Amino acid sequence: MVSFLLKPWPWYVTGPLVGLVAVALLAIGNKPFGVSANLRHICAATFPGRVEFFKYDWRSRGLWNLVFVAGVVAGGFLGGVLLANPDPAAITPQAQASLAALGIRDFTGLVPRQLFTWHVLLSVRGLLMMVGGGFLVGFGTSWAGGCTSGHGISGLADLQPASLIAVISFFAAGAAASVFLLPLLVPR
Amino acid sequence: MTASPAVAPPPAQHRERLLGAYFCMGVLFGIVLTKGELASWFRIQEALRFKGPYLYEVFASALAVAAPGFALLKRRARALTGEPIVVPPKVLGSGVRYVAGSVLFGLGWALIGACPGPMFALLGAGVGVMSVVWVAALGGTWVYGWLRPSLPH
Repeated sequence: MVSFLLKPWPWYVTGPLVGLVAVALLAIGNKPFGVSANLRHICAATFPGRVEFFKYDWRSRGLWNLVFVAGVVAGGFLGGVLLANPDPAAITPQAQASLAALGIRDFTGLVPRQLFTWHVLLSVRGLLMMVGGGFLVGFGTSWAGGCTSGHGISGLADLQPASLIAVISFFAAGAAASVFLLPLLVPR
Repeated sequence: MTASPAVAPPPAQHRERLLGAYFCMGVLFGIVLTKGELASWFRIQEALRFKGPYLYEVFASALAVAAPGFALLKRRARALTGEPIVVPPKVLGSGVRYVAGSVLFGLGWALIGACPGPMFALLGAGVGVMSVVWVAALGGTWVYGWLRPSLPH
C-alpha cells in the first residue's frame, strides 16, 4: 500500500489532473491558472521601487494566486518529501543515454543531486546555469505574460493564438538550449 | 497570466473569498507536479531532447480536459463566488513579446530544468539551491518591469 503511494503517476493521471486544476480555478472564482504572475505579485508586494509595472493593487489581483502557490510549496513537500519516489525516474533508455553523455548517471530524486548543490552554485558554470537560468525564466515569462501554465495550459485551452506562439517559442528555445547550451554549463 | 494593460484601477474594497479553496487547489497542483514528475529535471530534459513522449502526453491530456472545461464554463454564467466567468483574450499586438519573451523563458527553462510552477514545488521538496534560482527569477522579473517601457510588445 505504502509503496503504491510512493510510485510516480502515469501521464493519464497527471495530465487530466493538471487540466482539472485549471478548470477548478475558473469555476471557483473566475481565476486564470498561471504561476509566473506570482513573480510580479511578489515584486509588487516587496520591492516595487519606482517601477510602473509593479504599481497596482497586488492584494486584490494577486492574493488568491499567492495563496495558491503557497499551496504548491506545501504540495511539493507532500509529493516530493513525504511521498518521494525512492526509485530513479523512469525516463526512456534514449533519454538516459543522452543525459549520461553529460555525465549524469544518477536519476534518483527530482533533480540531479550532483548538479543542484551549493558547491556547484559557487562555480562559474553553476552560477551561470542556476542564476542565469532563473533570471531568464523571470524576465522571459514576465515579458511573454505567461509560462507553461498560463500560456501552455490556460491559453491553449482557450484557443488563444498568442499562447500558441508563446508555446512554440519556448519549446523551440528550450529544445535548442537543452542540447547546445546546457552541456557548456554542466560542471564535469 | 496577467497579460498587459499595465495598471487597471483596482475595484474599490475588493475582498477575496474562498482563499482556502485556492490553497487546496495549490496543494493538489504541488502534489501533481511532484508525483507526476513535472517538477523532475530528468523528465523536462527528456522532453526537450525529444527522447520520450511523457511530457507531451501530459500536456495533451491536460488540454483534453481543460479545453472542453473552459468552453463549458464560459457558457455557464457564474463562478462559485458569483463572479461572471470571463477568460480575457491575450492581446496579440505585434506578437514580439510572445516570441522574444518565450524564447528567453525557454532558454532558462532548459538551464534549470524547471518552469515557475515546479520552481515553487521544488522549494517545498527541499531542494535548497532552488531558493537562489527563485531569487534570480524575481530579479529577472524586476529588471523586466524596469526595462518594460523601452521593450517592444
